Amino acid sequence: MSRNHVSTTVNGDRVEFLCETGQTLLEALRDELRLTGTKEGCGTGDCGACSVTVDGRLVCACLMLAVEAEDKAIQTIEGMAAGEALHPLQKKFIEHAALQCGICTPGILIAARALLERNPDPSESEVRYWLAGNLCRCTGYHKIVDAVLDAAREMRGA
Amino acid sequence: MPTTLKYQEKDLKLVGTRPPRPDGVDKVTGRARFGADYNLPGQLIGKVLRSPHAHARIKSIDTAAALALPGVKAVVTRDDFAEMPDEMAAVGELMINFRDVTRNMMAREKALYDGHPVAAVAAVSESVARAALALIRVEYEVLPHVIDVVEAMQPGAPLLHEDQFTVGVKPKPERPSNIAKRLEFGRGDVAAGFAQAEVIVEREFNTKPVHQGYIEPQACLASYSADGQAELWTSTQGHFVFRAQCAKVLQMEVSKIRVTPTEIGGGFGGKNNIYNEALAIALSRKSNRPVKMVMTREEVFRGTGPTPGANVKVKLGCTRDGRITAAQAELNFQAGAFPGSPVNQASMCAFTRYDLANVQVVGNDVTVNRPKVAAYRAPGAPIAVFGVESVVDEMAKKLGIDPIEFRLKNAAKEGTQTYYGPRLGPIGYIQTLEAARAHAHYRAPLGPNQGRGVATGFWFNIGNETTCALNLQEDGTLTLMLGTIDVAGGSRAAMAMMVAEELGIEFERVRPVVGDTAALGFNFLTAGSRSTFASGMASVIAARQVIEKLRARVAKIREVPLEAVAWKDGQARPAEGGGAQFAPMTLAEIAKMAGKTGGTIAGHAEINAQGAGPGFGTHIVDVEVDRETGWIRILRYTVVQDVGKAIHPAYVEGQLQGGAAQGIGWALNEEYFYGDDGVLQNPGFLDYRMPVASDLPYIDTVIVEVPNPNHPYGVRGCGEVPIIAPMAAIANAVENAIGLRLFAQPFSPPRVLKAIEDAAAARD
Repeated sequence: MSRNHVSTTVNGDRVEFLCETGQTLLEALRDELRLTGTKEGCGTGDCGACSVTVDGRLVCACLMLAVEAEDKAIQTIEGMAAGEALHPLQKKFIEHAALQCGICTPGILIAARALLERNPDPSESEVRYWLAGNLCRCTGYHKIVDAVLDAAREMRGA
Repeated sequence: MPTTLKYQEKDLKLVGTRPPRPDGVDKVTGRARFGADYNLPGQLIGKVLRSPHAHARIKSIDTAAALALPGVKAVVTRDDFAEMPDEMAAVGELMINFRDVTRNMMAREKALYDGHPVAAVAAVSESVARAALALIRVEYEVLPHVIDVVEAMQPGAPLLHEDQFTVGVKPKPERPSNIAKRLEFGRGDVAAGFAQAEVIVEREFNTKPVHQGYIEPQACLASYSADGQAELWTSTQGHFVFRAQCAKVLQMEVSKIRVTPTEIGGGFGGKNNIYNEALAIALSRKSNRPVKMVMTREEVFRGTGPTPGANVKVKLGCTRDGRITAAQAELNFQAGAFPGSPVNQASMCAFTRYDLANVQVVGNDVTVNRPKVAAYRAPGAPIAVFGVESVVDEMAKKLGIDPIEFRLKNAAKEGTQTYYGPRLGPIGYIQTLEAARAHAHYRAPLGPNQGRGVATGFWFNIGNETTCALNLQEDGTLTLMLGTIDVAGGSRAAMAMMVAEELGIEFERVRPVVGDTAALGFNFLTAGSRSTFASGMASVIAARQVIEKLRARVAKIREVPLEAVAWKDGQARPAEGGGAQFAPMTLAEIAKMAGKTGGTIAGHAEINAQGAGPGFGTHIVDVEVDRETGWIRILRYTVVQDVGKAIHPAYVEGQLQGGAAQGIGWALNEEYFYGDDGVLQNPGFLDYRMPVASDLPYIDTVIVEVPNPNHPYGVRGCGEVPIIAPMAAIANAVENAIGLRLFAQPFSPPRVLKAIEDAAAARD
């Protein structure tokens, strides 16, 4: 099966990979680039575990073809911390016990960051509806919502 | 060493605080490696061909065309696996029969459900593997099927197993049946109890199967070497149990399989059994290459165990002043394609919140053409309790007694004789009821179409086989090697906290890791809310061994008697009244000299932990019902639970909140839809609707701590109890909101709307 050459940017790094035409961005990230922090929970865009941003837009990587990633700016969980310095959302998730098994955590962090970039001061309801595309089966969301609200507060300097 | 350390009250520095979990940074940065994140050089991709029929005889399987496809390296079918004898083994709270394990992993004579594996391939890529599946020709003789539990119990229903005769019926039945087993528990005389009753309530309930819904699909990687050794990386709740199952069905020696558990992306009981693991090893053996197998979500729904759907009948008799005189239930549980539903546990849990003289519970374990059920958090209990706590609520209302007061009048307490065996030890049921009654939530005002419901839950909790090793490193830090999987709750943190507390050192100096099957002796699964109890006990034993060795070492170094050396706050010090003075030595100082003063210092424990403490919880929920759409909104939720001791309260709260959220999903929306053809119609998260963040309010928690006398810190275990009460609590709240009692789960908008319309039609 012939493969397509794709050249793009992931977490600020120029990368190249080969992919089959039917492969998703998620498969390319995980299997070609070995960036396994982005998770597959469903493959149908229903669970949000594969959330990444593409040119700033929050997408499910399982719903985008890998060939569509040509010349895009992709952000994954691996690019969230600045070296050893965790993003405030990452710190607050640990501090608030907002993760248990952790399989949904990368997707939820990416989605939450996208929310706070658009709305630095969300209400509890706004957090809940923004994250409604990200399934978590462990926590009941209570501590996740608290962690996002607390991170927002810290990032606003409030 | 003793396998039970008794509870001792003492001043605590670390236990009860909230340090950050040792797996936290890896999980927020994407570094944590789950089942699908492992890869090996030269690996193949394995895929499974599944039956499209609910029930069919497999006449032939032709794999020649698939094997001829370039890039296909191996195919396995039923012919590659040996017949297994009838042999039962415990997995979690359930028992399995190896004869069934091998058939569930790969169909033999018949395909018994839509999604039943019939062949597996290994190929150089996912796309080649998929193409190969399409080339396998299976000749089926489609048979009549049955998926409803009540229909399956009728004489003349399509039979899944022609050689299955109901166990537990005398005389032995002459004809085979889908009822694999009938069981009965009880005490006293229910007929006499009902004769004494002044009020009797009798109701029937039905529930659908629901899936554990872990977000990480099953995933494993196997590598079989030509020397007959296999390595397996897999997402599991019990790597030792998976090893045992693989060894048995592959007819390998246990020690020749080394299983390394990956981080597990949720399990909830659903990862207690092998599915692809033995297939992956078999494919690796045949292809001489590593084989990776990752399920799709559709495969998870079609092929892995849900909890059963059920039919439940409950009858309760009471005196006018609110004393229960008799309690009776019949529980008919779907087992799926093979026997082994949790009807046993459900029967024992049905009424064990009450102190009852006359009880009878009959359970039936019924095979149907659905995936074999697996454990799901307090397996079976929520189903039985939905019926029982609904009837209890109706009874309290009939008698004009507050529902918490009614439960207090009949509550189980220390010394209560259960109807299934033991007498209860110290328990905190009454304390949870009293804390719930005192909570502000219980008195908060309600608006129109709003109602409040209460329900309670009980779970046994278990101990079982457990090992660990605690190694003092040369810089004075410690590595705690655990054999129980941290399924998410943070048990690694809890165990490290107990060890640090014992040694009087900082939490950060103990690094907990989960060892592979070659690193430690056998451990049972993380199931039955046992890890923090049993692995915690083992960790404390190991820590105390280390302390004894440290004292002995210092006695030797300082040339003083052993009794003269005390261990306190991470240091060896002169014991008060010990008669000898010497300069104290810190853990780091001793560790540094250890090699030259007798060798490295370590503790270890190999125990079968006994004395698990039962857990009880009381839930309060407020709902609002939209009469036009049938939509139930959860307005407020409070979980009150006796956990014995919360080692890390934030992680205990997380268990209580997560369990309640799963119970809410079970109550409101989760169900399997099967067509008339017996094919599952909603194998995905779009149509299998689990709770999302906007469906739920904050879930308040009240932690009650009545110590378990059989654990050094009083731990009971807390993970399962919180899923038991929500379904009943919500049903009771809906009844209080709009005067309508719900008898069939889920309470989804179309079903609730229909119930509202039916009730209106009945009034007209």
